[in-house]
Amino acid sequence: MSQHVIVPRTTYVAIYAVLMVLTGLTTAVAFLDLGFANPVVALSIAVVKASIVVLFFMHMRWSSRLTMVVAGSAIFWLGIMLVLTMSDYTTRGWAWF
Amino acid sequence: MHREDAIGAAVDHPSTATLHEPELKHHFDDMAQQREAATLGMWLFLATEVLFFGGLFAAYMLYRVWYPGTFADASRSLDITLGTINTAVLITSSLTMALAVRAAATGERRATMTGIVLTMALGVVFLGIKGVEYYEKFAEHHVPGPGFHFEGQAPERAQLFFSLYFAMTGLHALHMIIGLGIMAVMLYMAWRGAFSRRWHTPVEISGLYWHFVDIVWIFLFPLLYLVDRHK
Amino acid sequence: MDTDTLALPRTHYLNAEYGITSWLLTTDHKRIGLLFLAAITFFFVIGGIFAGLIRLELLTPAGDLVGDDTYNKLFTMHGIVMIFLFLIPSIPAVLGNFLVPIMVGARDLAFPRLNLMSWYIFMIGAVVTTGAIVLGGVDTGWTFYTPFSTHASQSNVLMAGVGIFIIGFSSILTGLNFIVTIHTMRAPGMTWFRMPLFLWSIYATSLINVLGTPVLAITLVAVVLERAMHLGIFDPAYGGDPVLFQHLFWFYSHPAVYIMILPSMGVVSELIAAFSRKNIFGYTFVAFSSLAIAIFGFLVWGHHMFVAGMSVYGAMIFSVLSFLVAVPSAIKVFNWTATLYKGSISFQTPMLYALGFIGLFTIGGLTGLFLATLGVDVHVTDTYFVVAHFHYIMVGGAIMGYMGGMHYWWPKITGRMYPDLWGKISAVTIFLGFNLTFFPQFVLGYMGMPRRYHAYPDEFQALNVLSTAGASILGVGYLIPACYLLWSLKYGAVAGRNPWGAIGLEWTTTSPPPTFNFDSTPVVTTPAYAYDVIKPREPERA
Repeated sequence: MSQHVIVPRTTYVAIYAVLMVLTGLTTAVAFLDLGFANPVVALSIAVVKASIVVLFFMHMRWSSRLTMVVAGSAIFWLGIMLVLTMSDYTTRGWAWF
Repeated sequence: MHREDAIGAAVDHPSTATLHEPELKHHFDDMAQQREAATLGMWLFLATEVLFFGGLFAAYMLYRVWYPGTFADASRSLDITLGTINTAVLITSSLTMALAVRAAATGERRATMTGIVLTMALGVVFLGIKGVEYYEKFAEHHVPGPGFHFEGQAPERAQLFFSLYFAMTGLHALHMIIGLGIMAVMLYMAWRGAFSRRWHTPVEISGLYWHFVDIVWIFLFPLLYLVDRHK
Repeated sequence: MDTDTLALPRTHYLNAEYGITSWLLTTDHKRIGLLFLAAITFFFVIGGIFAGLIRLELLTPAGDLVGDDTYNKLFTMHGIVMIFLFLIPSIPAVLGNFLVPIMVGARDLAFPRLNLMSWYIFMIGAVVTTGAIVLGGVDTGWTFYTPFSTHASQSNVLMAGVGIFIIGFSSILTGLNFIVTIHTMRAPGMTWFRMPLFLWSIYATSLINVLGTPVLAITLVAVVLERAMHLGIFDPAYGGDPVLFQHLFWFYSHPAVYIMILPSMGVVSELIAAFSRKNIFGYTFVAFSSLAIAIFGFLVWGHHMFVAGMSVYGAMIFSVLSFLVAVPSAIKVFNWTATLYKGSISFQTPMLYALGFIGLFTIGGLTGLFLATLGVDVHVTDTYFVVAHFHYIMVGGAIMGYMGGMHYWWPKITGRMYPDLWGKISAVTIFLGFNLTFFPQFVLGYMGMPRRYHAYPDEFQALNVLSTAGASILGVGYLIPACYLLWSLKYGAVAGRNPWGAIGLEWTTTSPPPTFNFDSTPVVTTPAYAYDVIKPREPERA
């Protein structure tokens, strides 16, 4: 059950500042050649940004465990779909032992 | 009520009480239960949206792994400036949305309306910029279909990228438009003074929806715009 | 003897308001359940007609009744109608809608208006899908495989895709409603582990509805866009992969079969407990097995694609996971059987359906394991073996559970009893007709008869004739309940609160219940099937 929490305006603005910095960072880093790490960095920053939005703007930080389970399940199920699908494609070329 | 086969004792029916909050629906026992149900319902709906967009992310993932070069070429043809600006626009709209919800929770009618209006304005800006980008793609003949033309090694695979680009950003834009509709309703309700410290659930859960649409873009941006930009 | 038990209550949800708008604009979950009942019964008849035509064509080896294109449309539309317009909604939208609030001790579902919207969305999607059928049909198979569905098929794929897409939202909203209701609106004292097992299975089904259906939705969007605008997502000419469609499609459609069976399993738990007058053996195991089926069911979809060109290693992973998902189902079957042991068993109509379910589902489930075995699947895939397997589960399992549930809760829903003798006659007829229809199909499949073919070699005819004969008996078996159930509405004996002498919150209120279900909010103090603690009155015989 989510509580009736009133978050200070300054907290919201601070979170906003972090998000803007991370956005700028994502774009800037994209122009550096990090090889295979480029998409890893970009997606990691995206995950951090999304987590901040979920925790603070969407009040997950002050919400019930049930809410966390729902959000976590959604991500986990998406993960099942991506991982098991790719398990077919990545192993297609493998030689039979 | 007294029956031998009852499996429990009877309790007075709360909704037959003559005094309760006007916003309490009859099938709920109290405001807290109603709010809990609404919030859980919205989070569940957002879970379905994760899986809904997820199908396209699965397709994207496969083809990016299969055709890294072509995806990089196609991605570089997108306007990174406009994309970054749009990301900033949406994040700002999440701020204004969060502030609007906060204002509703503290009973500040004016501030609630201001927050919602700003959020909607930023949403419109986002869609406007998206429109400009779509027009650019149209002018460059990058829209999938008979008129498609792409300079590069495997133009048909580039069409695959643009199919996913338009499908994913188009679906996202559709959700934005629906979000604007929801915000319009919230604005009206705020204007009518429906929200108070006691009850502001609709604007709360609308906020959840808006933030979710922002989060989808947070992932779309690096996946679509930032493939091998350094080349 | 109380006089109130043998008379209908003066006001109840059926006569609280009159007029067509009181039904079309209702937010009463019980009325919405009946709206769904009317709709899905209609579509069951349509789907049955397609089945009849299929079996009629298969009486003879030559493709003489209908052409091959028409036959493709017949089995496609039989599948689409039966799955999306009947089975997926059936128990959740009819019995679930009616019973979930009553079983948790609430006055309605969490979102009554959303519930009504769910029915309208279903009807709109059903109209669009029916439009696709009426305007010439669809011939891709209910599985819509690409590239046929996106490129070559000349039939109404677009319309059918849009129709099913719309219907999907009905499932999602119903599931969402049930999950929120069960989490937030349980009556005082109704802990999770005092809930009837029907609620556990509805909850698990709703999880699948919420997490799986959106993927079907986006896949249909992709097919529709591909067909309309040639995007290339599944088109090899653009570098796309047709097998990707299968991954995305089956990610939903395998869990979909658990949407169809889990509610039936929940009904069977209720029936076995009531008609053995015993607590379900291993209640906790049965409850968790529903969740396990829902969760594991998402990990096995690749077993529909073993011969589609997927990686052998991927196939092995999916095969092992498919074996695992059988375990929770087996746990249920063992526990139901253990419940029967030393129970005080009575063989009324609902119990006959429950027992039929246990036997037929076991056969269906075991043959599922045969299909999960890679070596066997290579030989019997796309044969009648598969057709027999899933009909044992869907008809022998799911529909039997639905019929059992309808017969069990009919007196609660309508206030009337049907003649039990006719109930038993039709249950037996259905059981015999079903086995005569589908058991020969196991043999046919094993002998090599392919599915979805309208002509076949002569040596398969004898078994096909048996199967068609069985289908006519099965059809009669389904017709009889339609007659006596309708008859009972006017002439059936008045049921009273608890005609079965069963334990459950639904049996404490009147038959039919009042609009807000209870005269006052119940407080729960005992476990779900406390037949050893509570002695319900013996059922009245009017």
